[in-house]
Amino acid sequence: MSFITKPKVEWSGQRRNPLGLTIRDYEGGMSTLCAGCGHDSVTAALVQAFWELAIKPEQVIKMSGIGCSSKTPAYFLNGAHGFNSVHGRMPSVATGALAAHRDLIAVGISGDGDSLSIGMGQFAHAVRRNINLLYIIENNGVYGLTKGQFSASADPGSKSKAGIENRQQAIDPVAAAISLGGSFAARSFSGDKKQLVPLIKAGLAHPGCAVLDVISPCVTFNDHEGSTKSYAWTREHHESVTVADLVEPAEAIEANYDEGEELPVKLHDDSVIRFRKLEADYDPGDRAHALEYLERHRALGKVVTGLLYRDSDLPEFHQLSGTALQPLRDIEFDCLNPGADALEDLQRKMR
Amino acid sequence: MKPTETGDSEYFHRVVDCQWACPAHTDIPEYIRLIAQGRFTDAYMVNRESNIFPGILGRVCDRPCEPACRRARVDEKPVAICRLKRVAADHKDDIRERLPKVPEKKNGKRIALVGAGCASLAVCNDLMPLGYECTIFERLSVPGGLMRYNIPAFRLPAEVLDEEIGYIIDMGVDLRLNAPVASMKALLDEGYDAVFVGSGAPKGKELNLPGREEGDARIHIGIEWLESVAFGHTKGIGEKVLIIGVGNTAMDCCRTSLRVGAESVKVMARKPRQFFKASDWELEDAEEEQVEIIINHSPKEFVVEDGQLKGMVFEVMEYDIEDGRITDSRVVEETFIEADDVILAIGQETAFPWIERDIGIEFNEWDEPVVDRETYQSTLSGVFFGGDAAFGPENIIWAVEHGHQAAISIHNFVHDKPVTERLPRTVKLSTRKMGIHEWSYSNDFDPAARRQMEHVPLAERFREIDTEVELGFTAEQTACEVERCLNCDIQTVFFDKLCIECDACIDICPTQCLTITPGADNEDALRQELTAPAENTDQPLYISEQLEQTGRLMVKDENVCLHCGLCAERCPTAAWDMQKSFVDIPYARDHDVMPCRQRKTG
Ligand SMILES: Cc1cc2nc3c(=O)[nH]c(=O)nc-3n(C[C@H](O)[C@H](O)[C@H](O)COP(=O)(O)OP(=O)(O)OC[C@H]3O[C@@H](n4cnc5c(N)ncnc54)[C@H](O)[C@@H]3O)c2cc1C
Ligand SMILES: Cc1ncc(C[n+]2csc(CCOP(=O)(O)OP(=O)(O)O)c2C)c(N)n1
Ligand code: SF4
Ligand code: SF4
Ligand code: SF4
Ligand SMILES: [Mg+2]
Repeated sequence: MSFITKPKVEWSGQRRNPLGLTIRDYEGGMSTLCAGCGHDSVTAALVQAFWELAIKPEQVIKMSGIGCSSKTPAYFLNGAHGFNSVHGRMPSVATGALAAHRDLIAVGISGDGDSLSIGMGQFAHAVRRNINLLYIIENNGVYGLTKGQFSASADPGSKSKAGIENRQQAIDPVAAAISLGGSFAARSFSGDKKQLVPLIKAGLAHPGCAVLDVISPCVTFNDHEGSTKSYAWTREHHESVTVADLVEPAEAIEANYDEGEELPVKLHDDSVIRFRKLEADYDPGDRAHALEYLERHRALGKVVTGLLYRDSDLPEFHQLSGTALQPLRDIEFDCLNPGADALEDLQRKMR
Repeated sequence: MKPTETGDSEYFHRVVDCQWACPAHTDIPEYIRLIAQGRFTDAYMVNRESNIFPGILGRVCDRPCEPACRRARVDEKPVAICRLKRVAADHKDDIRERLPKVPEKKNGKRIALVGAGCASLAVCNDLMPLGYECTIFERLSVPGGLMRYNIPAFRLPAEVLDEEIGYIIDMGVDLRLNAPVASMKALLDEGYDAVFVGSGAPKGKELNLPGREEGDARIHIGIEWLESVAFGHTKGIGEKVLIIGVGNTAMDCCRTSLRVGAESVKVMARKPRQFFKASDWELEDAEEEQVEIIINHSPKEFVVEDGQLKGMVFEVMEYDIEDGRITDSRVVEETFIEADDVILAIGQETAFPWIERDIGIEFNEWDEPVVDRETYQSTLSGVFFGGDAAFGPENIIWAVEHGHQAAISIHNFVHDKPVTERLPRTVKLSTRKMGIHEWSYSNDFDPAARRQMEHVPLAERFREIDTEVELGFTAEQTACEVERCLNCDIQTVFFDKLCIECDACIDICPTQCLTITPGADNEDALRQELTAPAENTDQPLYISEQLEQTGRLMVKDENVCLHCGLCAERCPTAAWDMQKSFVDIPYARDHDVMPCRQRKTG
């Protein structure tokens, strides 16, 4: 960690987004994570994505559980809303927040421990309810905050810093999300912002639960030889199946997309990201195929990354539940709280 | 892309923008840190090493360092480098003990120097401690050259000049005052081992317009007029004064006029303000004293009636300007402006009526001596030129640097070594890491704005002609200003073998200087690929070798690096380190001309 805060500097050549804000206006507090932690890079990617999309920080809510990863919402978008919940419970808080205020742009940040160990049940239901959330798992294969025990995403055969081998099976959040009926599943690497930033943008734009598993090495407890979540291992074994091109808002309306070859995702600023397929035989619209592809490559020791599955037609949480069309705070108080008599009426009907 | 060659001394030297821009390469960040620690004497000595006259230059230097200062790229104004120099000079202790010792036993070499200006003094400063016998011939009754009799005392007090010139003369220089050299031939015949010409550029330019001769009594050449005021020969001037020209001489003429009786002073400029030669601060100081600066007026004629100067006629100009350049101009009208006196401040030239043209010293088509830009030797071996005499009017700091370089040449020459055999500048690096998150320099960025120099109130300023206008920085101003320095000499040094490409440094950098990139076909393309496009092409890119994991390159745009050390602090593997660069500048004393003397015998 640093002991000096990153200073605010008005340097010449600084760029501004359409809101007139510099990228520095999207930052948060000083990170207290270890120097070199992948999570800080994910933070930087989020800052970049929000800045480029020119989203107003106050339109955003960021939520997390417990872990080094779950600390990261403190380090971006100072001006956003936020809730740091208990371990593994981010999805519940996110569900509540979005139930009350459906217009918020929601980001949930979690860890592999937070979501795949203690919070597995919460994760599963957020996915199948399809709550409108960008669900980022900063995945380092360990419980970083509690000093590096294996987490549920640690691969069998991967070695701890002390040289002990993990012998339990690993949960792959992407495969899990797809089989749980999720509508968006992607994977990236903290060390590859070119891939990560467009995936963050696409996840933010997706109407439903966008699961983004980011391999985010723990420099302190899981970056050694023998680890399958180190910088070096990930670089050697990750294989991208899609590549993202940005189409600027002006051209986006005119452009023709070849649905067989690419996945267009329309963003908040009306631009479009085209995810072009790199692997000819990959089909991110086919659930069975995606799962088979992932499984085949897992067996080969590959870490498949990119936009891996998407179904933008699946109804999200509010549609499924038939809830009010506007945030609760925009509803007249009398309507929101019709009083004891109305409750009495309702209860009578149910007897 | 080729990795940056940092072993070569230029690279890290260039990063220290101010030191690179200073003709004498004064170690600016080092002396500013010393001032910050209250070590004024040490700060003075660091200055003196390269620029010789910290007290003088701390007041009147042309300051090429300040426009170059990195601070101006991350803040509105540069560090007040020059003012801080004066702080060191004003607050130092007695430094005589720390001056170079002059050996009693001389080396038997006699050098003649023409003129006691800063260039000649710099040569003596470097050669006296080596045992030379230096003789200066000076036309006037005091040493100092233009610093003494053209730069007015309200900018540069005589005591400061006396002190700093004294340090050099007191080394035992044989100073012959009132001794103009009338013939170079005769001087050469006196058998000196080498001759240095530091006679300046003493001829003020003329303006030959109708009425010039008739009005001569009230039309003055700026530098001559300033000299005559400095020596007390001129004590007054008319009420209305016009100054022609808008360079630094014009600024001194207009402000001096106000001190000898002028009521209304107008500086007449031919072009718009952006083309003025005078430094911004001199313009500001003149305007503060109610001098009027009139643009777009081109002198046409002097109006003289009954032998009395009445004023001047000007053509009022209009210019077409594109990209900062004048593309066309036209005369809109003519106008008459009243004046009792006119001072011409349109430039100076060298003049060598005392150098015979048949003794081997060649002159070019503009009647300027042919002088080598590296060795300062003329076409007659053993005769060297420096200061304004060498390449025309410049400034004090350039004259000092010429002096240092000429001293090296003379040292070589009199010992039968080629004058071109000169040591290169080298850079030494040493880490400033003290602990995991601790650096031995003040690396935290301080957003304070430049401190403003206090001036003597206008009402008091004109009572005495030599009242120094600038009061110097207070302790509080100094304490604040030193922290504005970004310590550009504490370099970011990269070790590609250690980098694990975690991006931590890139993410933490407050000014987006860093990028890890696959590279590009050429530098222009690479500049566009970076985290923030590197548009300032005056500033170099620092390009690493290929990184271990991906073969990509770490690229740093030096432009707006704050030298805050956050990259090094964030790096988990110490691939970035903050290292102080020390630019080793060779002087005459470092040139080993007598190896046999140093070798022990027996
Ligand atoms: C009005 C004015 C203001 C200036 N202000 C500044 C400023 O603020 N900052 C700055 O950096 N620079 C300033 N300059 C420029 C600066 O003064 C000169 O660049 C510098 O003094 C040059 O030094 P020098 O040693 O080459 O020559 P000089 O200072 O000109 O010294 C030459 C000496 O040689 C003597 N000499 C000449 N011929 C002979 C001879 N034949 N025999 C014996 N002696 C002779 C002269 O009397 C003189 O003493 C200013 C110049 C002028 C005219
Ligand atoms: C209910 C509960 N059980 C256990 C803990 C201890 N604990 C804190 S963080 C953590 C694991 C975090 O791992 P992960 O989510 O992967 O985050 P990382 O630190 O690796 O980023 C655990 C077990 C806790 N805080 N609360
Ligand atoms: S312990 Fe690991 S996960 Fe936690 S901050 Fe340090 S490097 Fe990051
Ligand atoms: S020292 Fe490092 S972190 Fe600081 S501005 Fe320079 S490159 Fe960026
Ligand atoms: S912080 Fe260090 S290891 Fe990480 S990318 Fe920068 S130089 Fe490389
Ligand atoms: Mg973890």
